[in-house]
Order: sequence, then structure tokens, then C-alpha cells
Amino acid sequence: MKIEIALTLFGKEIFIPETIVNTWIIVILLSIFAIYVNKKIKNAKIDEKPSGLLNVIELLVEGVQSLVESTMGADKLKFAPYIGTLALYLLVANLFGLLGFKPPTSDYNVTFGLALITFVLTQYYGLKSKGLGGYIKGFFEPMPLLFPLNIIGEIANPISLSFRLFGNILSGVIIMGLMYGALGYFSILVTPVFHAYFDVFAGVIQTFIFIMLTMVFVSMAME
Amino acid sequence: MPSIDPKAFILGCSAIGAGLAMIAGIGPGIGQGYAAGKAAEAVGRQPEAQGDIIRTMILGQAVAETTGIYGLVIAIILLFVRPLLKAF
Repeated sequence: MKIEIALTLFGKEIFIPETIVNTWIIVILLSIFAIYVNKKIKNAKIDEKPSGLLNVIELLVEGVQSLVESTMGADKLKFAPYIGTLALYLLVANLFGLLGFKPPTSDYNVTFGLALITFVLTQYYGLKSKGLGGYIKGFFEPMPLLFPLNIIGEIANPISLSFRLFGNILSGVIIMGLMYGALGYFSILVTPVFHAYFDVFAGVIQTFIFIMLTMVFVSMAME
Repeated sequence: MPSIDPKAFILGCSAIGAGLAMIAGIGPGIGQGYAAGKAAEAVGRQPEAQGDIIRTMILGQAVAETTGIYGLVIAIILLFVRPLLKAF
């Protein structure tokens, strides 16, 4: 499915690409899901066992919290909501290719935006926990000569983080496109295996890696 | 002998460059295989730490993969964005 919107606003043509439309579909779906779960949790009785969907949600929340606790430490549990949001969004976005949409993460703008959030978090919490002096001193370690290298290393983090996700998902999209083009009507027989690898396996692994690296970068900056 | 169309020449050279850029895939292949082998050794020595070992291995492999992804991005840019054609 391919939805693209071309608007003409104040005499200027505005083009909204497919990936942004897909992102909004995901955001709306996740919001509806969150509101539904919220209603269900508010109506649930506290002294009873959770049932059905609430069990799954509890598993998810506890999984994210224990992952954050084991990677960042118990004192940084306040990052769990952000990590959980990131994980949910990336998981749905990477698996969106299964439904015939173009995954939003195969657009470099999306992944670079997400990596920039991580970069800002890293710098902000590094500055906050070390203080201005300690933060600047961190660039001159282990010796002052390495200052330019430290700056480059700091800037390379979001670039490598975003390229990793983008490259993995886009290569899957390209290879699947080539396969559908080459095999024609026989593609139904072969492509499910490759969908399982490129969309499900690579998508889940890349989601995990993105949130793990985000946590590692932020907690390393705070030490 | 008919002369070569400059546009076709640039496109052909871009395709060769994209192919050469993908040689970068060798490095991550060796690195990831080495990490997986070491992780298998570690699991053999300490089966109870399997979860931690797998998590560390995947993180290390992701970082090792970066150079390969850079090569892939260069190849994709050469094939689909075609910056050399615009310069011409």
C-alpha cells in the first residue's frame, strides 16, 4: 500500500512522503492502543489477578523496567518510560513492512531524528551529572592532545546509531523489492522465509540494539 | 567505434563503485563470526550466564557491523541518489 499526499498551501506545493504518512498511522494506532489499555487498567480491580491483555501489558512494562535496571542501574529507572516508548515505536515501525507498507525506519530522516534525541539526552545528562567543569574536562582525557578525536567520537555516535538502523531496514526493503520483481507470481512461495528474516528477525534485533545502545550511551555519559 | 555516452559511462562506473564498496562486508562478517564463536565458548564454560552473554554478544556485533553499514550506505547512495551524475 502506498499513500502519498501532495498539498498546495499558499501557492507552495508541499509533498508529504510515504514514510511520514506511515509514521502517523503508527502513532495513531499506538495512541488508540494506549488509551484503550489505560481505560482497562483504571477499571481493573486491584485485589484481583490481572487477566487477558493486562497480563501482556504487565509483562511488557516489567520487561522494560528490568532491562533498564540491569543495563543502567536502579537509580536511572526514570529513563524506563522513554526506553519503553522507543522500543514500542521501533518494533511496530520495523514490523510494518510485513503489512505491505514501507517501514518508516527505512527513511534516514526518521532514524536520524531518533538518534538526535539520544545525542541530546547523552549531552544533557552528561552535563547535568558531571557539572560544567567535569563535562569539559571529559573532552581532554586521557590527554589534551586527543581533544579533536573526542569531539569526533562524540559526533560519530548519533551518525553510526542512525545509519545502523537505517542500513539494516533499507537493505531488507531493497532485497525484498528485488525478489518480488525477479520472481513475479512465484514470489509467494519463496518470500515468506526472507520476510521472516529481514522484517521479523532483523527488525526485532535492531530495535533491541537501538534501545540497548541508547541506554549504554546515556549511562556512560552520566558516570 | 561509436563513442560512449558520458551519462552511461558515469552510471556504469557508479555501479562498479557500489560493488567495490560492498567489499566492506568482509570485515563485519569476520568480526561477527569471531564474536559469536567466543560467545559459544563462553556459554560452554558458563551455561548459567547465557542471557548476559547473548546480550553482550549482540551489542558487540552491532558495533562491529557499523563499518559494513557504512559501505552499504555508500553503495546505496551511488546506485540510487547518483551524486556523480548531478556533478556532471
